[in-house]
Amino acid sequence: MKIRHGQFFLAALAAAFFLTGCNKPSAAPGAGGGDVIKVGEFASLTGSEATFGQSSHNGTQLAMDELNAAGGLLGKKIQLLTEDDQSQAGQSATVVRKLISSDEVVAILGEVASSRSLEAAPICQQNKIPMISPSSTNPKVTETGDYIFRVCFIDPFQGTVMANFAQKTLKLQNVAVLTDVKSDYSVGLAKFFKEGFLAGGGKIAAEQNYSGGDKDFNAQLTSIKAVNPDGIFVPGYYTEVGLIALQAKQLGITIPIFGGDGWESSSLVSIGGAALEGDYFSTHFSPQDTTPAVQNFVKKYEAKFKDAPDAMAALGYDSAMMLADAIKKTGATDGPKVRDALAGEKDFPGVSGNITIDASRNASKPAVILEIKNGAFQYVQTVAP
Amino acid sequence: MTEFLQQLINGLAFGSILALIAIGYTMVYGILRFINFAHGDIFMLGAFAGFYLAPKIATVFPMPSIVGALAVMIVSMAVCAALGVLIERLAYRPLRKRPKLTVLITAIGVSLFIEYAGQFFFGAAPKKFPDILPVLPVTKLGGLSLNSNQIIVLAVTLILLVALRFIVMKTKMGTAMRAVSFNPEAAALMGVNTDVVISFTFALGSALAAAAGILWAINYPSIDPLMGILPGLKAFVAAVLGGIGNLPGAALGGIIIGVTETLVSGYISSTYRDAIAFAVLILILLVKPSGLLGKKEIEKV
Repeated sequence: MKIRHGQFFLAALAAAFFLTGCNKPSAAPGAGGGDVIKVGEFASLTGSEATFGQSSHNGTQLAMDELNAAGGLLGKKIQLLTEDDQSQAGQSATVVRKLISSDEVVAILGEVASSRSLEAAPICQQNKIPMISPSSTNPKVTETGDYIFRVCFIDPFQGTVMANFAQKTLKLQNVAVLTDVKSDYSVGLAKFFKEGFLAGGGKIAAEQNYSGGDKDFNAQLTSIKAVNPDGIFVPGYYTEVGLIALQAKQLGITIPIFGGDGWESSSLVSIGGAALEGDYFSTHFSPQDTTPAVQNFVKKYEAKFKDAPDAMAALGYDSAMMLADAIKKTGATDGPKVRDALAGEKDFPGVSGNITIDASRNASKPAVILEIKNGAFQYVQTVAP
Repeated sequence: MTEFLQQLINGLAFGSILALIAIGYTMVYGILRFINFAHGDIFMLGAFAGFYLAPKIATVFPMPSIVGALAVMIVSMAVCAALGVLIERLAYRPLRKRPKLTVLITAIGVSLFIEYAGQFFFGAAPKKFPDILPVLPVTKLGGLSLNSNQIIVLAVTLILLVALRFIVMKTKMGTAMRAVSFNPEAAALMGVNTDVVISFTFALGSALAAAAGILWAINYPSIDPLMGILPGLKAFVAAVLGGIGNLPGAALGGIIIGVTETLVSGYISSTYRDAIAFAVLILILLVKPSGLLGKKEIEKV
């Protein structure tokens, strides 16, 4: 084979580029124990739940910046290493393995979606690296092992809150449930809602399914319409919920639709538009909360990101702050010690409410209910645990 | 009964979009005997062309309006027709004389290339497709709810199918297409410029995919770079079901898949939707291996 000079030169250049490119990460572990504390974060920065990942990441970043501005932790600066899992199954395991083995982080923060937290949790548990999920609400996440924590409430609580709200405030007696069978979060929340609603004397008119990523819900909605329920519970994520609300209105369905914290995203209203007016969902946080801690957080967040924080941002912030608090308390960064400190957190003052870590490493804290009004989320009420 | 009719309308609207995509698969297969797996991604590019061009077109034709929506659809069809020709020129033409498997693998490569280039340029997060068409209030017909989008999807599909039928059966280019499909060597000997015919086939198929992309985005206004995968796969199944290479067959296959899926989601469970749709495919192929309207091909040994 003949190679012309130009081609050879290009190939050599490419090889040199590749080699120097490879050098960089291998130099990092050497500096691992140095003057920074490395914290890993995995988030859905792109893909179908991108707004969740971005909000959560912004909150986490804000907390880290604040901590570093105040002198860091244990005399060292904190370095946040963020990996994008593209909202895809399988990706979070890959990126978390990379964070632990090649970046040697002391703790992992993430994810929003329960399915992806469940992928990463066993890896953190095996490596004895504490993991704090900011907003995965499925109970199974922390059941993985004693290194897995969260700063949000769990679905049995959220499901019961929405069941009571539907019965007592909305006066609904006969509701349909439309579940995303591909999501652990949705299946869990639907189950706890049904249990709560039946226990309160209500009736489940119909149960229908869809798969995350679906665009056409006309078939399910037509079946729901045929049994004449007085409300529809959709414990899904905003991408599908927007389309569901839109198609429901186009089929002439006018009953209220309500769901959980998977709804909270500005994309929800941009997709669903006017079809969502008068619908409700439960979540962790409202920027309309008037307590000074919340207003202070809202001000700082708006100054940095030119946008009001949502629940995912508040929980991202709380997850980072609680981790910092635990490291500060124990004075060390090794896994087992940080784990013990996290397990002992009591009444930690988070911006999403006071957090107490219970025996199953879940957070016991209040929920808020929001209504969609004029294209914005309006605070309705707070429900204590 | 009302519920059943409603489900039928839902299924027809969904199925007719699949039909438009399926025709592109079947046309390329008819001429070149290979499956253009990148076709579903052209469908996606059609929706994105509409997404990026709609604000520009809105300065000429204010939107939402029927004229504006039509303009968006035509421009997006033109863009995708050009892209289809370009893809054929760059990726498939150099391999024309190579084994069919080489071209097939290339098609899969092109498909992945478009999907991930799309993620790079458009971003992976779903985007809201602009409201280009006025949504009229729901029309009540007895207990039936007809929304304007569903009617428009059905009408546009019907018009495009009739136009396609006209092009293929009545024009000189259509005659050439049929000749190349029948026997490319003989057609070339008779003075048919096969390269031009193949380019035209790709342009036509891609334009229909773009139209499907716009109709899809009007109905389901959340678009992302991977949105073409599933509809593309289903349309491929529809094309095989109807008899690949046969145009009315592809349309029929699309409608059958759409209606079956809707009825299964509505009456059984959406979890089994794809399983049952594919079971129907297997059943039909067991009874009629060449597909519903496909002709039996005698293989010379």
